[in-house]
Amino acid sequence: MIIVLLILPILQMFLPTFTGDQFFLEKYLSFFHSTGNMQVIARTLIIAVVTTLVTLSLGLPTAYWISRLGEKWKKVVSIIVLFPILTNAVVRNFAWITILGKNGVINNFLMQLHIIDKPLTLLYTNFSIVVGSVYLFLPIMITSLVSSFGQLNFEVEEAASVIGARPMVVFFKVILPQLSVGMLTGSILVFVGSLTAYTTPQLLGGNKNMVLATLLQQQSITLGDWTSASVVAVVLTVIAILVMTIMNYGTKLLDRRNTK
Amino acid sequence: MRTRIKFSSVVGFLVLVILVVPLLIVIVTSFGQESAISFPIKGFTFDWYKNVFQQPDFVEGLKMSSIVAILASFLALLVGTPIVYVLTRFDIHHKDWFQTIFLSPALIPEIVIGFALYQALVISLQLPLFISLIVGHFLLCLPYVVRLITAGMMEFDESIEEAAWMVGYDKLTAFFKVVIPNIKQSVVAAFILSFITSFNNIPISLFLNGPDLNMLPTSILNYLENNYDPTVSAVSVILMIITALMMIIVEKYLGLNKLT
Repeated sequence: MIIVLLILPILQMFLPTFTGDQFFLEKYLSFFHSTGNMQVIARTLIIAVVTTLVTLSLGLPTAYWISRLGEKWKKVVSIIVLFPILTNAVVRNFAWITILGKNGVINNFLMQLHIIDKPLTLLYTNFSIVVGSVYLFLPIMITSLVSSFGQLNFEVEEAASVIGARPMVVFFKVILPQLSVGMLTGSILVFVGSLTAYTTPQLLGGNKNMVLATLLQQQSITLGDWTSASVVAVVLTVIAILVMTIMNYGTKLLDRRNTK
Repeated sequence: MRTRIKFSSVVGFLVLVILVVPLLIVIVTSFGQESAISFPIKGFTFDWYKNVFQQPDFVEGLKMSSIVAILASFLALLVGTPIVYVLTRFDIHHKDWFQTIFLSPALIPEIVIGFALYQALVISLQLPLFISLIVGHFLLCLPYVVRLITAGMMEFDESIEEAAWMVGYDKLTAFFKVVIPNIKQSVVAAFILSFITSFNNIPISLFLNGPDLNMLPTSILNYLENNYDPTVSAVSVILMIITALMMIIVEKYLGLNKLT
């Protein structure tokens, strides 16, 4: 059933992209030849990388803090973290339109303080896509890190402090290695999630800042060019699966090393 | 060590504020009297909530999204539960292969699933949109069902089922009378998580909706392209209330940690 419902449609999408007058990869060559398309791919990847790094660096201290809270507060905080995950992405991105927009919260605030006299262009930029993606995926990163902090051995940390290791050294040499699996799991979710996200770049990126998912939508629904859209779909799928495979492999390697 | 705890508390607290404040702003703007969204608001009104229910796209979308989410989750459970049962209980050749296939929809970017299904089911096979939409959402929910039910089956003690066989239940009766009641919690959790995932989905619905088939999230997206008024804030608040209700129900009967 899955084969009929999923794999066949995917195959049907793949096949037309491999036909060409001269060469079976013709359509891909012309896709990769366009600087516009290459920019879209580069933007998609950069946004995903930056989003992952930002969620990771904000998520680590947050998860550390949560894991040290008492039972009662831990529960309250977990609810606050879980609520956005379960709330519609449109709602969460729309919130940032009201904050970053021309008459948005930030511009109004800065204008009233006379720090700026013209509204800043914050919305419909690469910056706003990153902000929206970080907001979207930060709770997911925190959740995966908290569960890996839960398995953390705090005694090792104390032992390291007792023998005189400085806090920064303890963090980088003792805590981080124990967390590497959780960090990788969270990073896979965030990276692949922002790589393939449609709603955030659509709402916060505008027409100029296309990523692969919005390009796919534009080629198919707006322009009706189904073959080009298929090429985009194949490129997006291949990148996503490639990234997942590599990172999963990395997680397995780390896991094996840690349990040894 | 103390400095690190202080640092992580500050960052953690700030992150929580960042997670909550945008949603609070949306709630506040839904009561503003001005026709453009502004913050802080001037005046106080419930008119935008009335306006939500005067938008046929939103009302129909809410109904349709709920119907699709219920049907898709139900189907995913109906198909997923027996599959997981067989995979966890019996020795099957190429077990890993099956596991990968059933989790495979999670590997393909959602927007690509929507696009591929549109081409294959709607254009090639001429299936009605509604059926294609259900198929899409079913594929979306299946990996969640497989994951949660597998976790439930792992906790369930096989010997209870074997005892049922010994006292003369045949395998089918034992499955319904012994296995299902024992993994009931996982089944309910899987249903709720599937429901939320399907209800919130945009990329799959994007390709599989039409003039008579509106889903709520895509309706909001369309509305936002042409309007920027507090109606969107109001409908966002309604969605947040639905999320909160779901969380209360889950917490009361299962515990929220079942969902993550």
